[in-house]
Amino acid sequence: MPKIDVEHLSRLAQIGLEGEELSELYENLDQIMRMVDQMREIDTTEVEPLAHPLDANQQLRSDVQTEEIDRELNQAMAPLIEDGFYIVPRVVD
Amino acid sequence: MDPFIEINAIRKGLADGEYSSAEITKFYLDRAKKLNSQLNSFISFCEEQAIEQAKNADNKIAEGSSGPITGIPLAHKDIFCTKGITTTCGSRMLENFVAPYDATVVERLNKAGAVTIGKANMDEFAMGSSNENSYFGNTSNPWDTDRVPGGSSGGSAAAVAAGMIPIATGTDTGGSIRQPAAFCGISGLKPTYGRVSRYGMIAFASSLDQAGVLGRSVADICLLLSQFGGPDVLDSTSHPIPDNWLSSNPKLNPTKPEAKITIGLPREYFDQTPNLKSVEIAMRVFENAGCILKEVSLPSTESAIPAYYIIAGAEASTNLSRYDGVRFGYRCQDPESLSDLYQRSRNEGFGKEVKRRILTGTYALSVGYYDAYYLKAQKIRRLIQQDFLEVFNKVDLILCPTSPGVAFKKGALSENPVEMYKQDIFTIPSSLAGLPAMSIPCGFQNNLPIGMQLIAPHFAERKLIEWGHYFQSLTDWHKKVPELS
Repeated sequence: MPKIDVEHLSRLAQIGLEGEELSELYENLDQIMRMVDQMREIDTTEVEPLAHPLDANQQLRSDVQTEEIDRELNQAMAPLIEDGFYIVPRVVD
Repeated sequence: MDPFIEINAIRKGLADGEYSSAEITKFYLDRAKKLNSQLNSFISFCEEQAIEQAKNADNKIAEGSSGPITGIPLAHKDIFCTKGITTTCGSRMLENFVAPYDATVVERLNKAGAVTIGKANMDEFAMGSSNENSYFGNTSNPWDTDRVPGGSSGGSAAAVAAGMIPIATGTDTGGSIRQPAAFCGISGLKPTYGRVSRYGMIAFASSLDQAGVLGRSVADICLLLSQFGGPDVLDSTSHPIPDNWLSSNPKLNPTKPEAKITIGLPREYFDQTPNLKSVEIAMRVFENAGCILKEVSLPSTESAIPAYYIIAGAEASTNLSRYDGVRFGYRCQDPESLSDLYQRSRNEGFGKEVKRRILTGTYALSVGYYDAYYLKAQKIRRLIQQDFLEVFNKVDLILCPTSPGVAFKKGALSENPVEMYKQDIFTIPSSLAGLPAMSIPCGFQNNLPIGMQLIAPHFAERKLIEWGHYFQSLTDWHKKVPELS
């Protein structure tokens, strides 16, 4: 099994891990993936993957509006808003 | 009043005017608040709303327009969105999150006249088997407060077991209803995937998550499930065909449900369990009732845990990408840039186990590994399901232990994620196959409860409920209660 690059993974997952936690998670992940590697021993030739436990298609409904969006209500839970906009640090100077 | 009373008895008390819904609601609120300092089963209480719901229920009862659960107090696992009440999912990320709408489960139970007294503690984002991953602190097992109640619906299980509430909702992704039910000596049902709407139930692993009930008896579970199961246009994965038997709020009969059924005993499960005396006694109960017991084999059992942790991790890493500190949820202090905002908000907002699962999923889905891990796991999932389908050609139900052991001590496994994951060996395979399954108390070991598991074919909840209820009419394990100081 190749060495897991936890720093790279944490960047992909947008989780800013630091210091001790980074090495602890490396240990955990290494242990978990060693357990997962048991899967290699199972012969799955010509086995179809199962994505939905009932092999069912998703149920679709008519494309009809059923409710109004209440902007004020939905933004009430935002960490920072101004004039109806979500405020984040400056992205472009 | 006896706090360990079943719902049908509460209904009778309400109908006979022995007490009002407002009175029993107050009774359970007071008891739950008092015991919560010891057990930490609840993250929050919603007293004001509960009293109002109870008064409305009392009016309906007085008018003669009440339904089967009008005025019954309950608790929701804190994973179900509740309009106007905080829904934390056991996470710092959602510590102050107030949902703008009710989950379908909550909405249907509110409509049926149930009274919500509070939100039950849980492992963060339902990831865990011990309730030790909650941002709001461990929940204790009422049978021994040094031990875990199981997880992730550990708050719901401990609350019901301790008589803080007669019944509670829960969710089960890989065993999160059944294992805590077993550890706390109560009954817990995970319905077939798709039987209950997932709308408003905070997503962990969308192809596995399913809502269910933890209660004092199978009859209580049947009654509550009859009020919230069934198709929902708001969840595209909910099964479109209703269970007419269940939704008719069936009267359960303590006589034998069918003349003869065959119960399968999976060899792979029994080989791995050192202490099976209680489950063996349960087997004899079924045998004496005329059931045929038959050894069966589920050969792919061993590979279920690796496959599950890849599939659930992959789905979690995708589902939890929505927590970015922008539109809702936790945001770090003074972010320097957008990237800093994302990275620190997620690092500070998520706990250790959630990060482990997100990173496992990210790894499994990353370039070059998709086929080796995610696709492979999905193929194994097919093999596991085929095992069950083949066995169900020969038997009507499967009987096995719910968990390899009784409730373990707090801290015993929390530093070893793989050992913790192995606790779910008997519940994960049926989750991967999308089958309905139920844990029922069947004995004790050193004064700690033991649960047995019944697994049924897809949408055969009726079989589980009728045979589970019949078992409980012959035994009294589900009537034992813990001594609380």
